[in-house]
Amino acid sequence: MMLEPASEAELAEAIQSTPSALHIVGGASRGLGGSGSRPLSTRGLGGVKLYEPGALTLVVGAGMPLAEVEAQLAAERQRLAFEPADWRGLLGTSGLPTVGGMVAGNISGPRRVQAGACRDALLGVRFVDGQGQVIKNGGRVMKNVTGYDLVKLMAGSWGTLGVLTEVSLKVLPAPETVATLGLSGLSEARAVEAMTDALTSPYDVTGAAHGAEGTLIRVEGFAPSVAYRTEHLRQRLSRFGDVVVTDAADRSAALWKDIRDVAAFHGKPGAVWRVSLRPSAAAGYLADLRQGGTSPEVVMDWGGGLLWLRMSGDAEAGLVRGALAKTGGHATLIRRGAADGDIPIFHPEPAPVAHLSAGLRRKFDPRGVLNPGLMG
Amino acid sequence: MQMPDPSPRILAKRERVIARLAEVLPKGAVISDPDETRAYECDALSAYRCPPMAAVLPATTEEVSAVLTICHQEGVPVVPRGSGTSLAGGALPTADSVILGVARMNAVLEVDYDDRLIKVQTGRTNLSVTGAVETDGFFYAPDPSSQLACAIAGNIAMNSGGAHCLKYGVTTNNLLGVTMVQMDGTILHIGGPYMDAPGLDLLGVICGSEGQLGVVTEAWLRILPKPEGALPVLMGFDANEVAGACVADIIKAGILPVAIEFMDRPCIEACEAFAKAGYPACEALLIVEVEGSPEEIQDQLRRIKDIALRHNPVEFREAADEDQAKRIWLGRKSAFGAMGQINDYMCLDGTIPVSALPFVLRRIGELSKDYGLAVGNVFHAGDGNMHPLILYNANKPGDLERCEAFGADILKLCVEVGGCLTGEHGVGIEKRDLMTVQYAPQDLEAQMSVKDVFDPQWLLNPAKVFPLANSASRRFDQGKEVAA
Ligand SMILES: Cc1cc2nc3c(=O)[nH]c(=O)nc-3n(C[C@H](O)[C@H](O)[C@H](O)COP(=O)(O)OP(=O)(O)OC[C@H]3O[C@@H](n4cnc5c(N)ncnc54)[C@H](O)[C@@H]3O)c2cc1C
Repeated sequence: MMLEPASEAELAEAIQSTPSALHIVGGASRGLGGSGSRPLSTRGLGGVKLYEPGALTLVVGAGMPLAEVEAQLAAERQRLAFEPADWRGLLGTSGLPTVGGMVAGNISGPRRVQAGACRDALLGVRFVDGQGQVIKNGGRVMKNVTGYDLVKLMAGSWGTLGVLTEVSLKVLPAPETVATLGLSGLSEARAVEAMTDALTSPYDVTGAAHGAEGTLIRVEGFAPSVAYRTEHLRQRLSRFGDVVVTDAADRSAALWKDIRDVAAFHGKPGAVWRVSLRPSAAAGYLADLRQGGTSPEVVMDWGGGLLWLRMSGDAEAGLVRGALAKTGGHATLIRRGAADGDIPIFHPEPAPVAHLSAGLRRKFDPRGVLNPGLMG
Repeated sequence: MQMPDPSPRILAKRERVIARLAEVLPKGAVISDPDETRAYECDALSAYRCPPMAAVLPATTEEVSAVLTICHQEGVPVVPRGSGTSLAGGALPTADSVILGVARMNAVLEVDYDDRLIKVQTGRTNLSVTGAVETDGFFYAPDPSSQLACAIAGNIAMNSGGAHCLKYGVTTNNLLGVTMVQMDGTILHIGGPYMDAPGLDLLGVICGSEGQLGVVTEAWLRILPKPEGALPVLMGFDANEVAGACVADIIKAGILPVAIEFMDRPCIEACEAFAKAGYPACEALLIVEVEGSPEEIQDQLRRIKDIALRHNPVEFREAADEDQAKRIWLGRKSAFGAMGQINDYMCLDGTIPVSALPFVLRRIGELSKDYGLAVGNVFHAGDGNMHPLILYNANKPGDLERCEAFGADILKLCVEVGGCLTGEHGVGIEKRDLMTVQYAPQDLEAQMSVKDVFDPQWLLNPAKVFPLANSASRRFDQGKEVAA
């Protein structure tokens, strides 16, 4: 039966007294497959605790649906700058993504190249560890180096170190307008070159991706500034071909939502990998994969530093991870293919690093009751 | 501020430890002559001094590993050191410790403009990282005021910030990977030239761990293309409240300046007397800097001016050229020097929610009267990071203690209003005993358990960050030998 504590204290009690391992669920929209037998939902831990637009700070209960948070921010013309993706289309899930799940997965979208990841916007956390102790770290202010930064450690720990109950986030103003420059017909190698050209310009590019809609470059800000930068980028990128500028903000938003959520893969079968590597290595890496006998569908984000791969063949994990030995980087198995068996979701870490991670997990969850086995 | 008594067990084997270190390091890299170890007796919190047992200056990661292996076997505490500019006593030695300085490790290992990365050895100074890439139009964003001297090593250990972090973030937001040596000599690579790392965010917890988890020898840093230009404006207000409201309105209007600096009257007066920057005589002064092309700058400044004028500034000064821009920054940049001219000073570093600014400044004014010590406030107003500078006289018996008590009251006030003890300088020894004000015992226990994993014997910089009473049981083994 689903545990659904209505308060932090109830959550602490539930963890303390659990006889078996727990499978932590936020909105059940990003389940990467925790193995705990008892589902525990954070749905009862919602609510805005504090929102000060003038201080760019938001404190909310971890169970709050992300959509509600985004709506409240939008009312003040603000937003989560790291552009959290919605994985429901990708994973075929149907829950309501929560803020806690977003933080636990350090979910960040295309704007990561300019505005940082979720972990960079995370100012403070409260969580319950594997022994049922309530722990806080960080706070609600934007600069804080008081003691160790467990805030970062919790972001991306996928519920294996503690169950988040409350998070403080730095929010940013939403821009007055946005424009997208598009190039079409570029090879992967040329696309990375074009994106690199844009990202190494002084024009404060907030997105650089390559997929079904071609090669896309985004600029955001006040209208005169966006117009100025768009024009300069258009000139700069013209050596790669005809540059088409999308000025309509809603059309731009739709293009980037598709990149963010990897819409190109929705409704299609096959394993999905998320590969992080140096942009300059991306094209060579993809060439190596093809040489190895596979032909994945590819969406590039972060100027080529992030590759989304949808595999066409079966059991290609060895290839995906193996080819990274040459280029460096790591691959996460976001959606298992039919023949992927029990391949670890997360990229295996070198022994001394894995030793530290395991040590931390033992300290925060000595009984191994929080999403055991999920991360190693 | 108390430090633990040196362990007789360690002092007794001083000669042996020094001889073993000399075996693994080049000539001249082990410093043990008391005349020379004195150079390492303190950092920029110079009220506290204690020469170490020895200091070593390795030149490679492997040498760092060799040093740590020996110290680990001998049970000798090690205090890592960059440039020694910590204001928190983070690099303060104990008499039974070895200082491990990374100053000789200052090479640039790789620059990659396409991937917007630089890899350096961590002894390299902050400013010279930008120095290595600026002719090609790039820069390294975190810019602590001490950037000419401080090393990337210390920046990572303290998660240092700077005037421009409102837009670009602090060290942790610009750090992609490290090579780090654990206390037992194990060499680790964590993160790397990618925008995220697999597994737990160990890099995130290493950054800001004040030299207690490992010795960081190399770092992958993010570099950025330089903006086309930048320009500051200066505005004066007749009340702190009004200046605070103006900052909030600028931010609510969707403008994100690269810097918003705030100075209060005592600070303005001191700077004016010292640097003669031509600041207006007023209660509160803001310097707001924006970036972009000339047209973009003018557009943003026009928006800022509209907002500022609604708050009736006593002065709104734009810079017509480079020279006038320099003059606007001149006073702010010499603030510490100016206060230092008047007296000895202690620089605090708490952060508060921006909305609490008027209340906190009023309370600091009252405390200043109670303690009979003058205080000036410089403040990164966009992010709430305050730097109250308390003036005292080091030669007057009791003044330092009074100043410390005053400082502690200010930091407690920061926590009370929802802020924290330190925004960028770190805890070190300075705020160590105040940690219980901000954190409950289980919060501190969780942090200490991270150190247990990285450094089970608690040999790395052990007497810092956590109140000595809280860490005592973990430090008891020091001096005990570990089988090789
Ligand atoms: C005038 C002045 C202005 C300043 N302005 C700012 C400012 O604007 N913003 C700001 O954030 N700080 C500021 N500081 C504080 C200080 O400069 C920073 O904390 C800086 O990062 C310290 O760097 P360092 O190399 O001097 O480190 P050190 O003082 O040598 O050491 C600092 C800490 O880092 C640890 N450490 C050093 N090397 C390593 C290593 N290789 N591996 C692991 N740990 C290590 C030490 O043990 C110690 O705990 C200022 C200081 C002064 C004196």
